[in-house]
Order: sequence, then C-alpha cells, then structure tokens
Amino acid sequence: MLRIAKLPIAIFALFIIIFPWIARQIPAIEHYTDIMVFAGIYCLITIGLSLLMGYTGQISIGHAAFYGIGAYVSAILTVRYGLNPWACMCIGMAVTAAVALLVGAPSLKLKGHYLAMATLAFGIIIFIIFNEETEWTGGPDGMAGIPGLSIFGFDLDSVEKYFYLVWGFVLAAFVFTVNVIQSGTGRALRAIHASEPASSAMGVDVFRFKIMIFVYSAVLASLAGSLYAHYLNFVNPSTFDLFFSIKLLIMIALGGMHNIWGAVIGAGLITFLSYEWLHYFEEFDVIVYGAILLLVTIFLPNGLVGVPGIVKGWFRR
Amino acid sequence: MSTVKDENVLEVQKLVMTFGGLMALSNLNFQVKRGIIKAIIGPNGAGKTTLFNVITGSFPPTDGTVRFKGRSIQHLKAHKIADRGISRTFQTVELFGNMTVLENVMLGCHTRVRTSFMASGFVLPQSRRKEKRIRESALKILKFIGLADKFKDSADSLPLGEQKLLEIGRALASEPELICLDEPAAGLNETETHVASSLIKAINAKGMTVLLVEHDMKVVMNISDEILVLNYGQKIAEGPPEDVRNSPRVIDAYLGGAA
Repeated sequence: MLRIAKLPIAIFALFIIIFPWIARQIPAIEHYTDIMVFAGIYCLITIGLSLLMGYTGQISIGHAAFYGIGAYVSAILTVRYGLNPWACMCIGMAVTAAVALLVGAPSLKLKGHYLAMATLAFGIIIFIIFNEETEWTGGPDGMAGIPGLSIFGFDLDSVEKYFYLVWGFVLAAFVFTVNVIQSGTGRALRAIHASEPASSAMGVDVFRFKIMIFVYSAVLASLAGSLYAHYLNFVNPSTFDLFFSIKLLIMIALGGMHNIWGAVIGAGLITFLSYEWLHYFEEFDVIVYGAILLLVTIFLPNGLVGVPGIVKGWFRR
Repeated sequence: MSTVKDENVLEVQKLVMTFGGLMALSNLNFQVKRGIIKAIIGPNGAGKTTLFNVITGSFPPTDGTVRFKGRSIQHLKAHKIADRGISRTFQTVELFGNMTVLENVMLGCHTRVRTSFMASGFVLPQSRRKEKRIRESALKILKFIGLADKFKDSADSLPLGEQKLLEIGRALASEPELICLDEPAAGLNETETHVASSLIKAINAKGMTVLLVEHDMKVVMNISDEILVLNYGQKIAEGPPEDVRNSPRVIDAYLGGAA
C-alpha cells in the first residue's frame, strides 16, 4: 500500500508554527516570513498539480490562468462591488471550477499531450483577457485597493498573521490530498497514469477521475490566487503569464512529481530562488530556471525527494 | 428470469467491425453458455482481439449486438461493462507497473467497492473499513493465484509468467461472471503454461464463465469445452474440441489451403 508517513507531516507543521518566531530572532532573515507567505501560496497550487501531473499523469501548462481567475474574481468583486472578501474567494473557486470543467471536458477526452496543448492555449487566452478587458481588470496597469482579510473582526494585517492563514490552508490541502492519495481514489489515479485501457477494463471511469482531479487542482490554484490578491492588495496580469505556469512545472519537477512532498519542497525552493537568491542574475534568472529544469530532468528524474534513494543506492554497492 | 435466457451468458449477433476499409469482424454470430470455457482461435489477424475489445467496450462495434445476461451492452463504455460483470486481461501485459502486486489486485476490486473523492479526502471511517475489506479480499485472491508471498513487490519486477497470473488475479478481483483472457499463455515456458492452464480450470470450477483467446493448441484442446474458430473476421467452425480439430475448413485456414 502507498503509505505517506505521518511523522514528517507533524514535524513540518511544527516547523511552520515556529518559523516566524525563528525569523524574528535573526535580523538577516526577518523578511523570510514574507517570502514564506508567497511560498505557501505557490505550494497550494503545486499540491494540486502534483496530484494531477505526478499521480494521475495529466499535464497542464495553464494553471497560472486558474490562479489568475481566483485573484481577479477576488479583486473585481471586492474593489468594484464591495463584496465580502471571503465570499469573493468562494465565488472565485466556483467560477474556476466551472471554467476548469469547460476546458477540461473536451481536452481530457483526448489522449496524449492534448491536455498540455489545450491548457497552454487556454492560459494564453486568459492572460490576454486580463490585459485587454481594461474596464474590468484595469488592463496592464492592474488593480489596486484590494482589501485585506479579517476573521470575525480580527484583521489579518501583519505578515505573520497572514503567514499562519496561508500555511493553515496549505496544511489542510496537504493532508486532504495525502488522504486522497492513500485511498481507493488515489489508487485509481495511479492506475490511470500507468494504463488507461487496463483501468477502464477494471471499472475505473477514467474520464470522471481525470476531470475531478483537474477541477480540484484548478480550485486550489484559484484559492491561492485569492490569497495572493488580498495579501498584496494589488494584481496585474504579468503575475499570471505563461512563464508562471512553466515556473509551476519547474517547482514540481525540482521537488519531484511522483511524491506529494516534492510539491512542497519545489515550491519553497523556487520561491526563495526567485525572491531572494537569484537577485544577482537579474533578468538572466530565466537561464537559471532553464538550467534547473534541464539538470533535474536528466539527473534527478524523481526530483529532490528522489535524492535519498539515490544516495542509499550508492552505499548498498 | 427464465432459465432459457440464463443459459447463455453472452450472445453475439450479426457483429460487424470495420476499421476504415478493413473488415475486422463480419456478421459474426455465437453464444457462450454459462459456466463453460470457450476458446476463440484463428490465425493472426483473424479478429480475435478485436472481438475481445468490442465485447469489453474498448470501442463500439460498427453494427450488431452483444448481449450479456440478456441485456445489450455494445453501446456501453468499458468501465460500465466492467460494472455489469465482464472482466478481462490483455494480450500484452497491461499491469499497473507503478504499483505493488497487492495494489494491482486491490484496484481490481474497484467495481465492487468505491469511495467518493470527499470521503477519501476526509478519511471517513466508512472509507477506512472499505479499504480493509478490499485488502483482505485481494490477499485471498493472491493466495489463490499463488503470489501471496510477493504481495509487496512492484508489479514491474515480476517475471512474465507471474505478470500474466497477476493480470488474471486482478481480473478476478471484480468477481466477474464472464472473464475474457487474451492469450494467457503467450510467451510462457512449459511449466508456466501448465500453471496458467490449471488456474483457468480452477477459475472455471468456481463457476465463472471463461472466454479465452489462445494460440497454444495444447492448452486450448485440454481445457476448453467449446471452440470458436475465426478467419478473416468470419466464423469458420464452432463446437467441441474434437469436432473443430477435424474440420477441413480449420485445417485449411491454419495450413494455408491448397486443398
């Protein structure tokens, strides 16, 4: 049986709880809490993507669009209509689910890389809409003045409070997804990855499972988008371009696609690389990402989570 | 239900399957009686695997009907047909190589026990109980096919003979009424072939109807109650092994008829 150990999850949760405290002690890394908020937001997306791509074997290059839909629904409904941010978040997820259903239904029926092509095109179309529908989205200038979040009158106005909110969502999504992977549903997903004809011959409704996971991963991306919008209080289209979709791929490839932990590790590492460690390269950071993707694909097909296995292999020899 | 209807598990009527201009099956009629082992033989390209694919819903036939327990199924998708009680194996092994031996068989239980996405995400107690039940019945099947001690191994790591057995085990897990085996002895050595044919007999003894495509004539003649012979998508003979063996049309088809 595929079992995902509970202890590392507990240690990970503990690490998240004490992280802001540690960061506060060391002035040099004080701002890491802020970066970790973004890491958490990306993590929400990669957890869904890992289930979709690593476990079910369906490639999407359009998740930046779902992320953007969540962000823009939140932005437009709060700024233009003054709706409650939490309600907007839920509406954003519902809208994203509907869009994912519309995009996924025809493309998931096709075999091979059609889903990748369809989601790629979809991502570009949505990006153009964000840019051109100026009346709604503010165009390339984006939208400012998106309100922050509060829970029962308690404002999440500091970085640390928002950190706990975001990582609370991440942990919930992580545990939920781990449970799915360990269940009969997860078994069916991995079966689909291995052989679609055999899966359907065993009674697995392949299409239904694929669309379910596609929608689930899109909804997580939408949630991440809303959290992003309410954190920065500002959105503009360039956040949701094709390159971000590719960056998401690099995240799960680096961490390791076939293991849900890879989603967390990859999202964390790439976030810190792009917000902190790659400043030196300026615009040339794209080359670094390309190099990472290239090296990982060649030398670490199972990503960083596969490294312990490789090291163990050396010692056994 | 009348006993007459119940007698035939599967009824194929006027089945036609064309791929472009190629007629893979033309106007095929036959029945499979409940509880027997029926073999389908014929030279390469005779349409045997196509017939299996149509019966199990890989693609719908161009024309004609397939009735399973009196109800037509030719319009149904593969997973729906599996739900109705037809299971199959594949000519080229189609195991889930990324999963363990046990998990492969557990997946086979999919038609019987299901958990919803939400129930699995929130780990409701009922979904845990279901998992346990599936695991137990999968282990029982592994014992039956003789792979119990390898339950933890990855399905990829098994030798071909055992992979073939595992495919049969996975097909059994859904407790089907009709099991379609596509060349279960292909690529096996003599010992493995012997194991496979005794397993097929044991499955049949449990009351399951077996439909079998096989090239190994020793296996076919030994275990089947009835044989259907196809050539170029058409039935050229049907009946008990001894009749088919002596049919001039069959000998003709296999030896390339100058006669």
